[in-house]
Amino acid sequence: MAKRIDVSGLSAYYGSTRAIDDISMTIEPRSVTAFIGPSGCGKSTFLRTLNRMHEVIPGARVEGKVMLDDENLYGANVDPVAVRRSVGMVFQRPNPFPTMSIYDNVVAGLKLAGVKKKSVLDGVVEKSLQGANLWNEVKDRLNKPGAGLSGGQQQRLCIARAIAVEPEVLLMDEPCSALDPISTLAIEDLIGELKSQFTIVIVTHNMQQAARVSDRTAFFNLAGVGQPGKLVELDDTQRIFSNPSVQATEDYISGRFG
Amino acid sequence: MTSAPPADARGRARRSRGDSRRGDSVFFNLSRGSGILLLVIMAAIAGFLAYRSFLALGKNEGNFLTSFEWTPDAAKPVFGIAVLTFGTLVSALIAMIIAVPVAVGIALFISHYAPRRIAQPFAYLVDLLAAVPSIVYGLWGVLFLVPHMDGLTSWMDQYLGWTYLFDQSSAGVPARNLFTVGILLAIMVLPIITAVTREVFRQVPRMHEEAALALGATRWEMIRTAVLPFGRPGIISASMLGLGRALGETIAVATVLSTNSVLSLHLLDPGGGTFAQNIALKFNEAQPLGRDALMASGLVLFVITLLVNGAARMIIARRKEYSGAAA
Repeated sequence: MAKRIDVSGLSAYYGSTRAIDDISMTIEPRSVTAFIGPSGCGKSTFLRTLNRMHEVIPGARVEGKVMLDDENLYGANVDPVAVRRSVGMVFQRPNPFPTMSIYDNVVAGLKLAGVKKKSVLDGVVEKSLQGANLWNEVKDRLNKPGAGLSGGQQQRLCIARAIAVEPEVLLMDEPCSALDPISTLAIEDLIGELKSQFTIVIVTHNMQQAARVSDRTAFFNLAGVGQPGKLVELDDTQRIFSNPSVQATEDYISGRFG
Repeated sequence: MTSAPPADARGRARRSRGDSRRGDSVFFNLSRGSGILLLVIMAAIAGFLAYRSFLALGKNEGNFLTSFEWTPDAAKPVFGIAVLTFGTLVSALIAMIIAVPVAVGIALFISHYAPRRIAQPFAYLVDLLAAVPSIVYGLWGVLFLVPHMDGLTSWMDQYLGWTYLFDQSSAGVPARNLFTVGILLAIMVLPIITAVTREVFRQVPRMHEEAALALGATRWEMIRTAVLPFGRPGIISASMLGLGRALGETIAVATVLSTNSVLSLHLLDPGGGTFAQNIALKFNEAQPLGRDALMASGLVLFVITLLVNGAARMIIARRKEYSGAAA
């Protein structure tokens, strides 16, 4: 588990519009990398190219290379479905399957992979919910609908669902933006624990959050409306927030724009 | 005034806010009036049917529920709904078995598979099917479907004959039977089921579909995990709408089954009947008692339809907390 991501020369398009332009970066295993930047700078689009979720939108396509250790995710014979099984994703709004119980939500990915044995599933449910710091809150009501939980619990349920399939990488697209401060804190603590096992990439609009949870921070920016987003710099979080090497980064972080 | 029933309280509260709000009170009374009118109409239909049925049932010398005969105007009036109940339920059941999977398939194709520029005209085409008058379906059934059923019926007789239901006593007779009616009804209810399920599938939130895809679901697995469970109550409601039409369809059935015969469990043998078809065929020539007897059968159809709708609501309500409505 936990692989290195190596992106080179990646551009993503929606139809003929280029959303992100020529991005290259390396993301170390067992670390948390935060993507920050103004709205529309392509950080979510870039995140979605890392598990080939970008291309589920009609007309969307990608150029360039994303290496997961030795494997190019955009290689000719690579099945996007298989990519998404090894690169998990947590979304902006908690999205547990409304028709499923808590238990079924957690094992949804395993069932898709064909795991049926009850003893295996039971074990994974407990382990994943423990891993998502949710077990103690829900262990007595695993058969209740997942949609009945609070927003923060639902988001942790989604994290449990994502880690149940033991992915190499966990992508999080603004996972706390729909949550209150206490639930946010719970998720941030969880991210700190999960990075011992997974490579974590998190998009956030909250710079304090990036500073709190991440080891490395990437700053994205766009030249203007309608222009593609670009990677401005990627460095240790501490450096980005104290002494960034690019002026635009400092302007953004100190609140001069964005 | 304070002890007035709560039902009235809302209306009065609005009025007390000022008489200048005439629009509010007009609209309130208008909508309440429409609601009451609906109840009155329902009660009037049920009461009328019940009263006429009561008159007829008193004179029936056979068993209304189990008799195969329908001779209410004979010297010794005998009429029973056994043939009609069987025919109505079986033809509607065949229609649903054929139509629901096909309709769900078409709806999924339109909502999730077809490219946009094909999906729109295709959806329109399906809606057009609903605009065809039922007499046209009936004529098409008699003139096209019946003569072309022979191959299918003899195949079913050969391979499914052991089920008894699909055993054909004599080959080569025109297929004016309950099975043909079932197929015809399936085509007729297809558009309504498709239209409703299509809309439900379109409303599946994108985030649930993405949740499935991000877990490594293929398109079909995504549909199975996110779309179909979310659409389940909608599929049931749509099927019930279709079933309501299938149970009550009159002219198309009466055109194909223009003669009534004895109750037979062989679906491929000519004959059989449904409530609505029986009323349409017999009403003109019926004497007063015959008419009342037909009313009684109409009442049974009314009750069956109500029961079907009630059952559907119960199925939907039982899984309400999983419906996604709360999400």
